[in-house]
Formats: sequence, C-alpha cells, structure tokens
Amino acid sequence: MSRSPAPALTVDRDRASGSVLTGLLSSDLPRSKVLTVVLLAILLMLATTPFVFSGSQPLSTAAKICVFIVLVASYDLLLGYTGIVSFAHTMFFGIGGYGIAIASERLGATWTSVAVGLGTALCLSALLAVAIGLLSLRVRAIFFSMITLAVASAMAVLASQLSTITGGEDGLSFQLPYELRPAFRLLSEPVFGVAVNGRLIAYYILFFATLLTFLLLLRIVNSPFGRVLQAIRENEFRAEALGYRVVAYRTAASVLSALAATMAGALMALWLRYNGPDTTLSFSIMIDILLMVVIGGMGTMYGSVIGAALFVLAQSYLQVLMDAASKALAGVPVLPDLVHPDRWLLWLGALFVISVYAFPGGIVGRLRQAEQ
Amino acid sequence: MTSSAVPALETRGLTIRFGGHVAVDNVSCQFTPGTLTAIVGPNGAGKTTFFNLVSGQLRATAGRILVEGEDITSLAPSARAKRGLGRAFQLTNLFPDLTALENVRLAVQSRAEAGWSLFKVWTSRRDLIAKAEEVLERVRLSDKRHIAPKALSHGDQRKLEVALLIAMEPKVFMFDEPTAGMSVDEVPTVLDLIQDIKHQGQATVLLVEHKMDVVRSLADRIVVLHNGALVADGEPAKVIASPVVQEAYLGLEAANG
Repeated sequence: MSRSPAPALTVDRDRASGSVLTGLLSSDLPRSKVLTVVLLAILLMLATTPFVFSGSQPLSTAAKICVFIVLVASYDLLLGYTGIVSFAHTMFFGIGGYGIAIASERLGATWTSVAVGLGTALCLSALLAVAIGLLSLRVRAIFFSMITLAVASAMAVLASQLSTITGGEDGLSFQLPYELRPAFRLLSEPVFGVAVNGRLIAYYILFFATLLTFLLLLRIVNSPFGRVLQAIRENEFRAEALGYRVVAYRTAASVLSALAATMAGALMALWLRYNGPDTTLSFSIMIDILLMVVIGGMGTMYGSVIGAALFVLAQSYLQVLMDAASKALAGVPVLPDLVHPDRWLLWLGALFVISVYAFPGGIVGRLRQAEQ
Repeated sequence: MTSSAVPALETRGLTIRFGGHVAVDNVSCQFTPGTLTAIVGPNGAGKTTFFNLVSGQLRATAGRILVEGEDITSLAPSARAKRGLGRAFQLTNLFPDLTALENVRLAVQSRAEAGWSLFKVWTSRRDLIAKAEEVLERVRLSDKRHIAPKALSHGDQRKLEVALLIAMEPKVFMFDEPTAGMSVDEVPTVLDLIQDIKHQGQATVLLVEHKMDVVRSLADRIVVLHNGALVADGEPAKVIASPVVQEAYLGLEAANG
C-alpha cells in the first residue's frame, strides 16, 4: 500500500475507493498503518469501556478522554491549522461548563435547562470570539496571545468573584435531568451484566457528541475553508494577496474553535454534575491542552485523539503504575524512592520532554513519516 | 494612454513618504488593456514600492488608485485582488510547506470564490484541481506538482510564483522581476508566458524588469522611475533613445550587463 502526503494522490485514492468511510473522514485518512491501528483501538476502547471495565474510575477516565479530544482538536484548529496562539481556550471551555451548571441550578434539572445553558454558552462564546478576533487579530501574533491571556485571566477572576452566580471557588454542583441520573433505568434487565442506567446514557451521549464534533472538525480542516487556514498559517501575506481576507478567516476559525471548546465544557459539566474554576477555567488546563496538541502532532486532527488519550491515561494511571513498580523494586537501593507514586509529576514531565524532543512533529507526524 | 476606453489601472498623484524620504513621488499614470508596460529605473527608484502601493501592501500617503475607473485606494489587498489586480512578487513569496499544486489550487480557489465553503471536502472540487493542474502545465511544473516550494530550485519557485498569478486570472498582471536569479535556459519559458498573456486579449501587464533586452522585446511602452518620480514615459524606442534615460540609467544598466 503506497501512500503519499501529496493531495493529488489523496484524490486518486478517494476516487478509487469512494467509500462512506472516506467521506466520514473527509478524505483525510490516517496514512499510517500503526496510526490506524492505534486510532481504532482508542475508538473501540472508548466505545466499550462501560462493558469491559468495571468500577467508576475507568468510565470517568474514558469520559475525560472524550472531553479532551474535543477540546484539543478544537485548539488544534487554531494552533496547528491556522497558526494562531491563543491562551483563551479554557475560557470557552469554562463558559460551556458554567452554562450547563448555572442553567441547571437556576432553572431546575430539566432538558430545557440543559438546552438553554448550552445555547446561551455557545452564543456568548461566539460573541466573545468575534470580539477578540476583530479587535486583536489584526495586530502582531505576540500581542494577540497577550490579549487572549489577559481576557482569559479576567474571566477567571470574574468567575471566582461572582460567587452568587458561579459559586466562586467552590463551583457549582447540580442535578442532571432524571434520565441521566444513576437511579434511572432504561432497561429493567442488565445488558452483558451492566445495568443500563442514567450514567451509562450520559456516557454514550458524551461519546457520540465527541465522535460527531471530531468528525465535523475533521471535515472543516479538510474543506476549502480549512485549506485557506493552512495557507494563512504558511504565509498570511500571500494569502491576503491572493484575495483571501485574512482577518475574516482567522476570526471565523476562532469562532468555530471557541464553539467546539464550549461544547467540550458543557460535556465535562454534564459528566461531572459539577463545574468550578479548577475543572474548566484553570491555567494548568491550558498548559495540558498545549502539551496534548504538541505531543499528538500539531496540524493533524488525529493527533488530538492520541494526545488526549495518552495524556489523560498518564494522568490517571501513572501513579498506579509507579506504585506497583515501587513495590516490585523494594529492597533495591534508591530505585523504589525514584519511582515512588509521589514522584509522578516528575516522570510525567520527563516523559513529555523526551517525546517532544524525539518527535518534533508529534506522534502522528512521526508515524506518518515512518510509513513513507 | 492612447485608448479612449477607461484605463484598467490608473494612479493619480500617487505618493508615499517614509519619514522624510519620498519613495514614490506624485506618480500619475494610466495603463490600458492590451498593453504591456515595462517599469524601469535604477535600484531604489521606487518600482517595487509603486507595486506595493497598487496591490495594497502599502498605504499611500497621498494620491488615488483606480481600477476601471473605480477608486480602490482604501481597499485591503484581498479586496483589490478580487477587483482584478494580480501580483507576482520579486522575492519569492509562496506557501513553503504546501505542494506546488496546492499553492496554485489556492489561487484558483480564491478566483472561484470557494474559500468560504466549510462543510465540503476540498477534493470534491475537482474542477479547481484540474484548473490548477492546467496552470502548472503551462509553466512546465507538472512533474513537480507534489513538491513543496521549499524543496524547489530557485528557478522553479519563480515559475510557481508566475503560476499563482496566472491562476488568479487578473485583469491587471503585475510582474516584479519575474526572471531575477533564473538560469539562462529557464528565462525563455517565463518570457513566453508573459508574451502569451499579452497576446491573449485584453490583459493589462505591468512588468518591472532590469534586463533591457527583455524590456525591448516585450514592452509596448516604457515608464521610467527615478527617485520615486516618473521621469520618462512612452514608446520603448523613444524612451530608450532619450538622452536623460540613456545617460542616467540605461547606460548604467548596460555597463553592468
């Protein structure tokens, strides 16, 4: 199977297969056997987690991976495809979360409140993205980044200060619509030994929303519009000279990215039944997103899947792994202390330094390169 | 200037100052369809700055620019491109990591106003790809269509630059030293292309060029800039023969080869 990054060959292949799959993936196939296998494994794992693993931690980890796939993919649309460095991405993530939380708390635990919360959040995010875009995308890249940083910090302060609405630092816990609560049973009998309860429904809503949003983003980056974004990333001066209004395209990319991040925030809140500054607004999440994009591979939507899965898994299970290693090494001098679970952040950091150093094009970039 | 019709491009008192330096000084000039005008002058005469003003990369300090009688002085470069002003750059200015074909396809896509299509896959617009292939064939780059500009030779990059301009199908073609730095055997390809464009009907062509033999063979008219000001304008033979031009610039050019 000879594959090439060249667009025209993609066309030929598209014409040859013309399959539904190519359409779903917008002609942007993984272009690496290993990558295909890994992506399928992640998809399969996320689709079957409730039936394969027991307990609440695996399910929560899977849900978090889903949310971060959307969040990281939407950030990649900005950073990897358009070349915009924004630090305001968690702001839109937070708006989504607070939209659901505030609406559910104020208007009661109904589907209407979820819809109202999500709708309001999406509108607010779009407005803010347009405002930031039009005000600052004309200026030099570094100033734009600074402005997004300032706006995001202001928003975080605002969220913690307006405690009567947002719950301040404590955040907001709220009830979900009845159909999403653990007590709800869709079927009286368990399926494959698993009760089909509200929690399971919530997970699959999350899963399919992620799948849909991801495919939509994949479509957008492979549309004529997405191609213009890449042209702007490569040489905005020439894109403008060719007749593409760069400010308008950048603003549109910011809005689309903000909407997807808001969606991710809403899903996060729905899953946690809680939203607070630490779960969606904190700057450390912004750094996590950046790392996931870079590790997965900038400018490749598939990179966000790999980056998010790897990062969240490491966050959740590195400590467990290290604990086991530490116990296994008991008796050996120094080593058990080195791999003690308390040292997990050190190892996570080391892992990332190594991966960024070894794969400058991210994991996806590396895998595609290897294929050639 | 001879045509009675509205000029394709006209500048009126076009001026730009950088601090105290006047880079383009009160240039008023009309360019009519079907004419190839060579803009010559020594280095620093303001030729490229004049182009930058016309295509919108720089904003004029004073003066107006009209395309087919319509004032475009305040428009952004992208809006000017949409009005039919096409520009090839002196220093190669491409999308370095996209393939040659994609570079051209983006120009075709802009011309087709397809940039705001968000939910189609780009490969579904086969017409745009076919058109881009056609333009690449014209500049003899078909065999290199999957190569990114950063890996192309200088000469091929120049050809691709011309291809982007052709793909835009502008009314006014602005070439800024299209053959600069090309090897001798590559030059004719580009000159033939410019010749084609000129013969193909009502295109207005502006050409900044240093090589006097090129200017002589292609131009219908020569405009001479010196220190930003227009100092001579007319038929090639007359302009080249005029004492002021002979002495000040062309003699210099000829001496330099």
